[in-house]
Amino acid sequence: MTVTHFSGVLLFALFASVVFGITQRSQPPMMLRFGALCFTLFVAGTIAASWLMWLIKH
Amino acid sequence: MTTKAQEAPAITQVKTLGGVSSTMVLVAGWLIPGAGHLLLGKWVRASLLALSILCMFAIGIALQGKVYTPNTGDPLDMLGFAGDLGSGLLYVLARLLDWGRTSVQIATADYGTKFIVVAGLLNIVSAVDAHSLATGRKRS
Repeated sequence: MTVTHFSGVLLFALFASVVFGITQRSQPPMMLRFGALCFTLFVAGTIAASWLMWLIKH
Repeated sequence: MTTKAQEAPAITQVKTLGGVSSTMVLVAGWLIPGAGHLLLGKWVRASLLALSILCMFAIGIALQGKVYTPNTGDPLDMLGFAGDLGSGLLYVLARLLDWGRTSVQIATADYGTKFIVVAGLLNIVSAVDAHSLATGRKRS
């Protein structure tokens, strides 16, 4: 099995966000919101860090 | 006049299936992903947690990630081993059936190694969450 960098990020963010959402909040609507926030931050943070590394290199 | 203690909602313990102790919930949650929540009767959360952790672990193995072993002498390996051990029986199964690799040989295997370690760490988080529910520290 092989994954691209981006699909790896998406899979990682998805599974980690599900666990964070369930464990860090008490009510299902809040779990969903927190999970979605975690997913967004994971993906956006990785993209931002990638661009930062590109800028450092160039 | 009411004090803060009187105003605070009473912390009640969540009823467990078969009246198992909170320690048992913690241990079960560690050994089998989602089992802690299942013992508390929260089967939707249990199945979502189990699915997430199992998928993460399985993807890590499929990517030919490294399964850490104890006593290598390298501090980073020890940390990796501690993370892997969080998967409970999945780690035991991986060692018994010789899943994963003993060293990273391709680039994506490094992702796999991280997936396996993080699956273990997330399993610990979910087991502690189940324990908090059982003791009443977390309300629902």
